[in-house]
Amino acid sequence: MLDLSKYQSIGEALRDALIQYSNEVCLIEADREREKERLTYRDFNERAHALSKALQDGGFAIGARASIIMTNQSKWLISAYAIFFAGGVLVPLDYKLTPDEHWQLLKHSNATVLITEYPIWRQLSTSAGRTAAANVQTVLVTEAPPKADLAGAQRWEEFRGAGEPVFIARKRQDTACIVYSSGTGGRPKGCMMTHENYLEQCVALTSIYPFWPGVRYLSILPTNHAIDFMVGFFGPFTCGATVVHLRTLRPEYVREAFPKYKITYVSLVPLVLKNLQKGLQARFDALPPGKRKVFDALVRINKAFTKSRPRLGLSRRLLKQVHEAFGGELRAIIVGGAFTEPQTLQFFYDLGIPVANGYGLTEAGTAVTVNDLKPFRADTVGKPLPGMEVRIVNPAADGVGEVSVRSKTVMAGYLNEPELTAETIVDGWLMTGDLGRFDETGHLQLAGRKKNMIVTEEGKNIYPEDIETVFESLPVKEFCVFAANYIWPKRSMTGEKLVLALHLEAEQQYSEELRRDINARNNRLLNYKRVHGVVLLDEDFPRTASLKIKRNILAERLAKLDSAAAILPL
Amino acid sequence: MRTLEQTTQEVLDLAAKHFQLPEGSLAPGDDFFKKLGIDSLQTLEMLSRLENHFGIELPDYEVQGVSDFKTLAERIQSRL
Repeated sequence: MLDLSKYQSIGEALRDALIQYSNEVCLIEADREREKERLTYRDFNERAHALSKALQDGGFAIGARASIIMTNQSKWLISAYAIFFAGGVLVPLDYKLTPDEHWQLLKHSNATVLITEYPIWRQLSTSAGRTAAANVQTVLVTEAPPKADLAGAQRWEEFRGAGEPVFIARKRQDTACIVYSSGTGGRPKGCMMTHENYLEQCVALTSIYPFWPGVRYLSILPTNHAIDFMVGFFGPFTCGATVVHLRTLRPEYVREAFPKYKITYVSLVPLVLKNLQKGLQARFDALPPGKRKVFDALVRINKAFTKSRPRLGLSRRLLKQVHEAFGGELRAIIVGGAFTEPQTLQFFYDLGIPVANGYGLTEAGTAVTVNDLKPFRADTVGKPLPGMEVRIVNPAADGVGEVSVRSKTVMAGYLNEPELTAETIVDGWLMTGDLGRFDETGHLQLAGRKKNMIVTEEGKNIYPEDIETVFESLPVKEFCVFAANYIWPKRSMTGEKLVLALHLEAEQQYSEELRRDINARNNRLLNYKRVHGVVLLDEDFPRTASLKIKRNILAERLAKLDSAAAILPL
Repeated sequence: MRTLEQTTQEVLDLAAKHFQLPEGSLAPGDDFFKKLGIDSLQTLEMLSRLENHFGIELPDYEVQGVSDFKTLAERIQSRL
């Protein structure tokens, strides 16, 4: 691995890695059962340089912002490196957002370049939001069919400059990426992540989960997500490892990829991990009684021998068939994006497959704590990573309080939001809004959330403010969306739901017609963003002088209602 | 060549069968996440069944953001 303490920027570290590991394979890309491409670090370098040169020829200069909206594929990483090489700031956006949401964030980030895939561009180019984001001057589109109407975009594949680009140096404190942790509604939260944030996070993470040439990482989580950016790009690349991309994420092809590419690490969201557990459990349950008995005995032996630490070699021999289904080389499954239930973690650990669960948030530079497997503890999210200071603010009698973090990995702040930044980073400490406590061995245990948001099992952060526009002009006196757990706090990280608080007009009834109207609007939202129920409150909502709803005070009033009776299902 | 109506009907029948619902209980405008109570992963599984049935390949991006049977049938129809 490169000694990252010597480097100033992501671009500088990657530049050296591409030379040091030039003969190693850095990327494998497959579509279903077909392998489409295999690139060495040298190939990667050549492609990125041609793109970087063309960007520079087009006037892309130091500090300019370029956005990527793509599914996981080699051109994502090549484009990102080309941007860093030219001294630019990367704005990675979630390809699953709607076109209008994309344009809104493109405008907010002030990106001048957009790199995207043709099917995504087809929708973006015809979206009404396009006119608002006049800052986007250059659009590069990958994989466009030969005669496609590019609607003002250029082909990524033909956007190549002749000659060598000039490497533009950046400093550790400069912004490397603007990562949106939320905010497609009124208040986009663009986390300004510095080069130092990434360099330090990489050192901390690879100290526990190392990469080296020969390691193969299966990249499934979207690369715009801080986890995949780190463990599916920057981490493996600075160590000479290989990243495998799949162009389709159908479960059957993902399953096939493990043995086919001998995967070493993979990152998953809890929902996918649980699905994997269900599939395995069904296969175990289908074993004939005799075989099942033997299998259960082997699991018990494995459990006994791995109590204090994982013993991969032993587990692979004992539970050969299970490990072979995963390719026989899997060292750990990294799970992130949302809270994972302890029983799921334990299920895999008992099979000899450690799950690297932890706790993190974009604002803190991804991971704050990670299970160090010494020993494995399914009931916690692990200990703070090296370089992370974590403390519990205002703990209650049971030790539970708000988790706060101080580290070189904490973001510089939210783009264009100095007040929000000052509320979030207080005296150098990042206030996470998550509740937790440390146990006697120094492991962090999460205990709920004090912020008004939910995280789905698919790892989606949903902020109530972001979805309220869909209910605008609803025929009621006033409304407000809340995370149910913000109103009625519970010491749990699962089953989080959104509710719609309504204040009806005088004499107005909560009619079937109104319920249908709410449902129809709700259905316009992506499924994971929908509200779960309605709460009626027969009093004026408290408001500020500028007539904004005082959410915290309204939540306190709603909290007096009994949640079980108050939430009317839709 | 199937008409869009035929394709839509086959999609509905197949989804009902896959999720063990009575025949005719699904409508083209239904939101399949809500109606079937499924998550995005189960949707991908359903898509694989549909691909096998129609003998086509539906790239993941084609079905991004689609949540009702009618639109899904249209996407399938465009690839038949």
